[in-house]
Amino acid sequence: MASQELPGRDSSAVAPRAEAGGRERERIDHDASLGSFARRRHRKLAVAALTTVAIALLPLVIHDVYLQNIIVLTLMYAALSQSWNILGGYCGQISLGHAIYFGIGAYVSTLLFVHAGLTPWLGMLIGGVFAALVALALGYPFFRLRGHYFTIATIVVAETGLLLMLNWDFAGGAQGIQIPYGPDSWAHLQFARDKLPYVYFALGFALLTWLVTFLIEDSRWGYWWRAVKDNAEAAESLGVVVFRSKMAAAALSAFFTAIGGSFYAAFVSYIDPDSVMGFQLSLLIALPAVLGGIGTLWGPALGALVLIPLTELTRSYFGGSGNGLDLIIYGVLIMVIALARPEGLTSLFGRTRKARATPQARANPEARANP
Amino acid sequence: MTLQSLAQILASGLLMGLIYALIAAGLSLIFGLMDVVNFAHGEFLMLAMYATFGIFAATALDPVLATPIVVGAMFVLGAFVYLAVIRYAMRAKANIGMVQVFATFGLGITIRGLAQHFFTPDYRSIQTSWLAGHTLDLAGIFLPVPQLFGAVLSCLSFVALFFVIRRTDFGRALEATREDAGAVALVGIDKNRVFALGWGLGAALVGIAGSVMAIFFYIHPDVGSSFALIAYVTVALGGFGSIFGALAAGLLVGLVEAISATVLSPSMKAIGIYAVYLVVVFMRPRGLFGNL
Repeated sequence: MASQELPGRDSSAVAPRAEAGGRERERIDHDASLGSFARRRHRKLAVAALTTVAIALLPLVIHDVYLQNIIVLTLMYAALSQSWNILGGYCGQISLGHAIYFGIGAYVSTLLFVHAGLTPWLGMLIGGVFAALVALALGYPFFRLRGHYFTIATIVVAETGLLLMLNWDFAGGAQGIQIPYGPDSWAHLQFARDKLPYVYFALGFALLTWLVTFLIEDSRWGYWWRAVKDNAEAAESLGVVVFRSKMAAAALSAFFTAIGGSFYAAFVSYIDPDSVMGFQLSLLIALPAVLGGIGTLWGPALGALVLIPLTELTRSYFGGSGNGLDLIIYGVLIMVIALARPEGLTSLFGRTRKARATPQARANPEARANP
Repeated sequence: MTLQSLAQILASGLLMGLIYALIAAGLSLIFGLMDVVNFAHGEFLMLAMYATFGIFAATALDPVLATPIVVGAMFVLGAFVYLAVIRYAMRAKANIGMVQVFATFGLGITIRGLAQHFFTPDYRSIQTSWLAGHTLDLAGIFLPVPQLFGAVLSCLSFVALFFVIRRTDFGRALEATREDAGAVALVGIDKNRVFALGWGLGAALVGIAGSVMAIFFYIHPDVGSSFALIAYVTVALGGFGSIFGALAAGLLVGLVEAISATVLSPSMKAIGIYAVYLVVVFMRPRGLFGNL
């Protein structure tokens, strides 16, 4: 949102500034608005710190294991959606195949742990790097695709991965892999009954992705990505390296998504292709950002806060009966928020920002029509 | 592999391909008209199958005769979906592309939930119908009659669709609106009316496919999802908005599926489709016949 707060810092003006040297930077230094800009960034950090402390204290009040489970999932999806947001929100490449990176993370760390005894901490780093490499390999051919062609390609790639995992017997095939139980340990990320360590891990993960996004938002990459999203041709003509921007966003996004997959595997101790690579997961990774506000710092967290408890609660109340009410609530929620709040839930906060953003959007509807 | 079994594989692939093309045609039509991918397309198919089943269960009317009723109902549904949901998605001031994707996704999930709620998740099938179980022996090549019926209907539908688009006022209005939805208002064409009719037509096409497939597929709330993905691949393969592309790509997908089911294994048959699709879009990012 930083880009919309400052007049003259909107993304169309960003590209040359990002390229410009010291003289340009000096001019900005004298800009009176920079003081308030820095203040706003400090305020964001303060809000994040307070939120983190509040969530960290939450499990001390809520002892119920079921509710703690929901807290873990909410934090995990906030982090996953924050990762998706890097590519989908900031860079404007709508992926509905992020489950493949999640699955890679889950399978790499689990296979390394089960077959080689490697700690999931290392496993998740290896999985993350592997997922980033896969994202680069896939990005090379697919970043030539535009709009819906790109989105459908991401769905197909993830489905291909799913089919391969279903038929790969070494990795458990359709039956999946059960992680053997051991004594509780941080080294193995295994805690038989205690949910608390998972809450703190997920909180750290969510905070990490938030911080990365926070830092990127105001970096050269952040401005480049938004320029690519708004109008790739215009960005390219102003010197933004469009292809490399997309590749960087994809690699970073895949890396953190895979870490989420490794964490999930350790958390539930059992993975199978449908639960860690299915299409529903891709949708669930993207949705919090969409509901909260794509390309915004707080959107994914806010969206996850609304979506995940709601889907978990409706699923446990109605899901088992198979009468479809959970699906109806889920579907209507997606539809209503998409239609009623296209900017996402974050737009409910800070009216001045919206008032400023709207004429800009009206003046240039073409740029937003085709993400 | 004998020549005969090869011919058998090709024939069944082509029959299924024509049905895939029919499912994809509606999707491609709507996209060509207004740049919207209907991610509830699979659920439209599922509803058409349930409608056929419901008519059969209630009145014992054979699916062959129920087809016109189902197609009419689907036309109304498509127009209604445009007027009730899509029209508002088009008005979004921000993130229009994203809004359309998730509005139709939400719609699809809602329809699936409604189907589960009212029809239960049970698998249904039409036990006795005129065509089911019959095969046509053509010089040693066996053609299942329901699929053959579907293929014939598909061919007729494509001929009718080309006729409607090229030769009627509605078709011209459709073409004009896809060129410039703003300008057509100046010559007295109601954009919303054309879009609603376009959605109706798109849903009617998938309705034809659904009423035929109800004869030889199990009917359940999730049946649409698997065919929807094939439909998206088919449309992207043929080129979004190209009706001819949908036909050609549908045939290609049917053939590839039949071949990879034999060469690989039935559980891996989709891999063949995905591989061909990925190779084609790598070389032609806008599909075989896309010219946008």
